[in-house]
Amino acid sequence: MYEKDGEKYFVIDGHAHFWDASPENWVPGQEQYAKGWIECFHAYQSLGPPETHWTIEQFQKYPEDMMMRHLFDEGHVDVAIFQPTYLKQWYRNGFNTTEANAALAEKYPGKFIVNTRWDPRDGDEGLKELADNVARWGCKGAKLYTAEWRGDSRGWSLKSPEAARYLEKCQELGVKNIHVHKGPTIWPLDKDAFVVADIDFASTNFPELNFIVEHVGLPRIDDFCYMATQEPNVYAGLAVVVGALMHARPRFFARVMGELMFWLGEDKLVFGADYAIWEPRWQVEGFVDWNMPTDAQFSDYAQLTTQAKKKILGLNAARLYDIKVPAELDLPVPAGPEGAEPLAAPSSV
Amino acid sequence: MSGTLTDQTAALAAAVWSALHQVRDPELDEAVTELGFVAECRVSDSGEAVVRLHLPTYFCAPNFAFLMVADTFDAVAAVPGVRRTEVVLEDHFASDAINGGIAARAGFVQSFDGQAVAELGELRADFLRKAVMAGTDRVCRPLLSAGITADELAGLTLGDIAASADRERLRSRRAELGLPSGDGDPLLVDPVTGAAIGAHALPLHLRRAQTTRVSVDANAGVCRGLLRERYRTTEEKGR
Repeated sequence: MYEKDGEKYFVIDGHAHFWDASPENWVPGQEQYAKGWIECFHAYQSLGPPETHWTIEQFQKYPEDMMMRHLFDEGHVDVAIFQPTYLKQWYRNGFNTTEANAALAEKYPGKFIVNTRWDPRDGDEGLKELADNVARWGCKGAKLYTAEWRGDSRGWSLKSPEAARYLEKCQELGVKNIHVHKGPTIWPLDKDAFVVADIDFASTNFPELNFIVEHVGLPRIDDFCYMATQEPNVYAGLAVVVGALMHARPRFFARVMGELMFWLGEDKLVFGADYAIWEPRWQVEGFVDWNMPTDAQFSDYAQLTTQAKKKILGLNAARLYDIKVPAELDLPVPAGPEGAEPLAAPSSV
Repeated sequence: MSGTLTDQTAALAAAVWSALHQVRDPELDEAVTELGFVAECRVSDSGEAVVRLHLPTYFCAPNFAFLMVADTFDAVAAVPGVRRTEVVLEDHFASDAINGGIAARAGFVQSFDGQAVAELGELRADFLRKAVMAGTDRVCRPLLSAGITADELAGLTLGDIAASADRERLRSRRAELGLPSGDGDPLLVDPVTGAAIGAHALPLHLRRAQTTRVSVDANAGVCRGLLRERYRTTEEKGR
């Protein structure tokens, strides 16, 4: 919880990692990729305030107590959602696995949401693993990384029939929040790896699932916005937008927020600190303090209200994950028929 | 580079640099020289040109990287007086495939055996269309700020607006795509068909142009930040 100027914010970090990218975990023969990956992440950290930069050694592997302090003691986070990323081709025990995440979640009850992951190239075995993970940890969300390397394969598409089987399974198991992250290499390499057409396809075919597009489809924010504006079940994950732009490029940050508010609106944006790329404290405090610039260049864009900030920082994610929000941190139920509707139809969440 | 260079070599080096200035990142639509992607550009007395390129991350998209390296090779090799051209991409996961392909004058499909099914023309065209949209915003925004109406804007031609670097950049991208780009052609055209945008379709067209520009600018901002961090010296990185 964060309190500023008499307003209280319930904070959910919708995008947290507990990774191990230390050299001990690099797969022999794949060291250049394992090293390249974590150095790339580390460069992103440099876009945050200098006093929050870590050494590369610290960044490769960080202790649990440090993460707990950064997230919950200093970072104002009430609940963090783990988004696993396996990358087992490069990291022996995986980069950031559901198992490693779940061990922490069990140790600190109520602090974490454990998401699982899947990859349609895993076939029937992967479907079984998905069901097992859901049974074991009660996962309500899955993180997908469509650009993950596997042997000679450089990625996969949500349009594939194999992916459809997994989405059907998610629907059946109640894994209703599908977080999609796109990366830079996917087969075939001559196409734009960041196209969001497959998310458009899947979100239309699976209307009961929510699709949270991580990093707002960056670097294709424009394509993402046109798509998302037409799909009621597509959300924008703000991880990277706040971390990479709010401090380093405040004017671009303002424009991106303005565009997202125009095309998607305040109910569809979900905050994520992307720990450990960036610590949440400066992001949460900065976001609450942030206002759209008032000069003429930004006159197209609406100001972000306190209500919008509360939704983005935590209330939207709480709704997606059925996280109970203490009454004093929730929005007052507005008067009128719209306000009464959620009470009349509780099964809709 | 100074002192030892003959005047002729210095002139050639300047010509090579200005050729590099015409090579763009197809995604960001900015010159590789302005983006800081040229790590070194060296010209010898015998007319040998060596260019080293580097990118913001190890995992930058290999298709765009290939286009930039290939375009760099073509631009440098076309400079009169350059007898031999060597272009290398450094610190990238696909450096070997790209450098080998460029040196062998192979296409993308051959350079990435089994991993690509087509050359990169369509990808390049997709991003040129984005450049047209972003360029439309750059050109129209000042007009809108000055109070022009949608009807007035829809009636304008490229030649109607004041000459500016932004207008010429927009014209050049349209020409590359084969879209109408003369002074008498409409200021606002569909980036796929080239058809004029009528007044009724204009608000959405401009809104999309704005979003595309925001997207490209934000992306370029992140790329610049990452490149700066990646190639800072070790001392600078110490805290």
